Amino acid sequence: MSALVIRQGLVVGVHASDVADVLIIDGHIAEVAPTIDAPSDAYELDARDCWVGPGFVDLHTHLREPGRESAETIESGARAGALGGYCALVAMPNTEPALDSVALVSYVLERGARTPLDVAVAGAITKDRRGESLAPMAEMAALGVRLFTDDGVGVQDPSVMRRALTYARPLGVRLAQHCEDEALAAGGTMNEGALSGRLGLTGRPALAEELMVMRDIELVRLTGSALHFLHLSTARSLELVLAARAEGLPVTFEVAPHHFTLDESACANYDPVFKVHPPLRAANDVEALRAALARGVVDAVATDHAPHAPELKDLVFDEAPAGMLGLEHAASLTFEALGDAADPATFFQVLSRGPARVAQLRRGDDRFRHSAHGGDVSVGEDANLTVFDPTCEWVVDRHELASRSMNTPYDARAMTGRVRATIARGRLVVDQGHLT
Amino acid sequence: MIESIRGRSLLSLNELSKDAILEVLDTAESFVEVNRRTIKKVPALKGRVVASLFFEESTRTRLSFETAAKRLSADVLSLAVASSSVKKGESLRDTIATIDALGIDAVVMRHRSSGAALQVSRYVPHVKVINGGDGQHQHPTQGLLDAFTIRQVLSERHDTTGLESGAELFEGLRILIVGDIRHSRVARSDVAAYATLGAEVRLCAPGTLLPEGVSTWPATVVEDFDEALAWADVVGLLRLQSERGSGAFVASLDEFTFTHGLTVGRSTLLKPETLIMHPGPMNRGVEIDSRVVDSSAAIVERQVSNGVPIRMAVLYLCVAGSGEGPGL
Amino acid sequence: MGNEDERQARPRGPAFTAKSQLMTSDDVARALRRMAHEIIERNHSVGSISIVGLQTGGTAPAMALATMLAEISGAPVSANTLDVSFYRDDLSRNPIPTSSATHIEHDLTDRTVVLVDDVLFTGRTIRAALNALSDWGRPHAVQLAVLVDRGHRELPIRPDYVGKNLPTSLDEAIVATLDGVWIGTREAT
Repeated sequence: MSALVIRQGLVVGVHASDVADVLIIDGHIAEVAPTIDAPSDAYELDARDCWVGPGFVDLHTHLREPGRESAETIESGARAGALGGYCALVAMPNTEPALDSVALVSYVLERGARTPLDVAVAGAITKDRRGESLAPMAEMAALGVRLFTDDGVGVQDPSVMRRALTYARPLGVRLAQHCEDEALAAGGTMNEGALSGRLGLTGRPALAEELMVMRDIELVRLTGSALHFLHLSTARSLELVLAARAEGLPVTFEVAPHHFTLDESACANYDPVFKVHPPLRAANDVEALRAALARGVVDAVATDHAPHAPELKDLVFDEAPAGMLGLEHAASLTFEALGDAADPATFFQVLSRGPARVAQLRRGDDRFRHSAHGGDVSVGEDANLTVFDPTCEWVVDRHELASRSMNTPYDARAMTGRVRATIARGRLVVDQGHLT
Repeated sequence: MIESIRGRSLLSLNELSKDAILEVLDTAESFVEVNRRTIKKVPALKGRVVASLFFEESTRTRLSFETAAKRLSADVLSLAVASSSVKKGESLRDTIATIDALGIDAVVMRHRSSGAALQVSRYVPHVKVINGGDGQHQHPTQGLLDAFTIRQVLSERHDTTGLESGAELFEGLRILIVGDIRHSRVARSDVAAYATLGAEVRLCAPGTLLPEGVSTWPATVVEDFDEALAWADVVGLLRLQSERGSGAFVASLDEFTFTHGLTVGRSTLLKPETLIMHPGPMNRGVEIDSRVVDSSAAIVERQVSNGVPIRMAVLYLCVAGSGEGPGL
Repeated sequence: MGNEDERQARPRGPAFTAKSQLMTSDDVARALRRMAHEIIERNHSVGSISIVGLQTGGTAPAMALATMLAEISGAPVSANTLDVSFYRDDLSRNPIPTSSATHIEHDLTDRTVVLVDDVLFTGRTIRAALNALSDWGRPHAVQLAVLVDRGHRELPIRPDYVGKNLPTSLDEAIVATLDGVWIGTREAT
């Protein structure tokens, strides 16, 4: 492999950030110094005024393959991820059929290995994600699966969830939960509140999420097993999980960019692009999530990238599927949410280091055949890096996405900050903001 | 705030100002007169095409709209659900595009999903969309004809005309709306119309049939039904929207009648001049006793007959007011 | 003034600024009286005449004419009003008018209709009125009486009885009521 040198970016290490050059040879970081005398054939990447840090890791991507390739494939999702600065993706199991067996997990791992990124797999907790009987977690873990979830829905039956937590504990894997009590959510299509009442849409109450968060915190307390809370969307959910974490319980959580950028008022004109579960919440919930991000208490930002073929988002609001795209815009939105005093260390913590820990993709983790992510930017580390330009002003165009689908809620939105380059496993996959 | 629906779509009464609503009511007065003539037809929309798109079946409302369009001399394209290809999975956008390719000026639409009319208006921005009822959201022409009917009856009583009275008769008028408010698009449109015109609106329903955030509505929720009946000048009844799942929200129809039905006994609590209204179809014996329906206080027939002039007024203002049309 | 009168007096469309008054209320009354005599002379009997005033500017002159005809002939005269908003063909040019009442007492078949309007201009209002009248039967004849004829016809329409002929330019405006006739300008829309 040839050499690549990243010049004069702000290198965001674990302990300190300094302007430096970074030399990459053969997929590893070979040197980090204020100035580097690079080999003559090394590719020069100008990173002045940019941040250079560990490549992003998405804990929550819907790659749709197998079953819904018209919306996205593992390959197109990986391209979208790379543009968004991601070097690793955790593929969600709500494919068709669900990823609840060795055969299907292998299928995705094999296809993922053909992309430049590391594609890890989250296996289903229950067979076919029906919430009734456990899926073969041990067999899947032997293939490197470290996260299990029925995402799309939460495990509704508390006895099944308890059993799953108990079973998972000795396997050294982590369960993850989409917290929403389906009965309380009542088939609703947006956040329950005065707005849903006026619009004549059935609402999904915040309590549907918070009640399951409360339940699962207690189940964690009972079983001692680790649990990761997917896409927490309300201020109260956040409070509950932060308190549980402060108590020392093995819980982690993620927040999705749409929940800290948009609120329920986006649904007022019934555009299905804003329909998502859990739904866009009230303004004070959005504020609480942003404040938590800025305070540095959030474990991970995860995209919940959910592609849907255009004809499906052309249905009436009630009938359209829930979910929006996220891979290509998460970094910019996270940067904006961190505000004027955006701290690069926090930025890479929530986008890379935190998720890498939850996904067990760090250097010291048992990470199967995947390379290491979320590490220090120092000699010897695997070269999974993202170069982020915090000064770039640009506008989103839904026709110019790498994703096969177009259901982004950010079309025509002005953004500040953009991924300039992505180096995955030592290979430059995105340069000057474009796929190479 | 929309000050006039001339040349616009009509999607929700929430956005209309008092003047906009009065303009429709005043225009409808002329069409009441047209509907009394031998030749109930004017050439106002001659050469225009109005499509009626009823994804949710409703013979009465559809006929009312189609009659209104025909009496304005418009050409009417009628698409009922059974013959529509929407059931086969054709997206809403495609159905509209197909019809639009035939060159329509306006579409009257009813759909079981809230917001469908607004979504359609985004697909075909050059077409006037008249919302004939979208899910639980709004039924603007019902709200308008209800307000019109109240004005009509009260102005007769006060020996004046609707035109002369403007919105005066609504100032402080006590209107009670009862029943499944949560699932009712008529309730949302009625409250908007009545409150905007200056009436004092009260709502009474079983707790489970009140909408989320009702405290933000321009109406007061009251729990004592009997007291509310004695207070009201107008009582608007709504039926249980069982096709929208309201059956699960009350124990039974009998229970609903027990708590919130306008029984003969309860009707004696009403003031002698109180008006009783219902948007139809009525479930006699559930929200209203048959004998009460047939009493003179019930002006349901007037509501029905005012449907065509109101819809003529709406079509006239929305479509003729759009400024493009056939010349000499 | 009651609400109805206010409604009649309220000008439609953009505001009018008078430049000069061309007829006083006495002049108008005299002209109407002369027109009433002309109507009787031409039609011999008033029994078969239906006066139809066009909303909104023609209703007051129509009522005045009907009253005068009744005084002169000693017999009651049928007085009616007609709103032609729904029959106009020039909706694209003008903002659609607020509709007002039509009161036509009876079938007009075999009657002699005298349409009455305040100002005759392009003739399109009269054409719309002719369209509208056909919905009330088949009159024996239709005649036209106007307070002012300001010229600029776009259709082959001519008045039978005219209060005053006033050649005008297109950028001028005329207001003609029982209180008088003024020439002036209208605000641009």
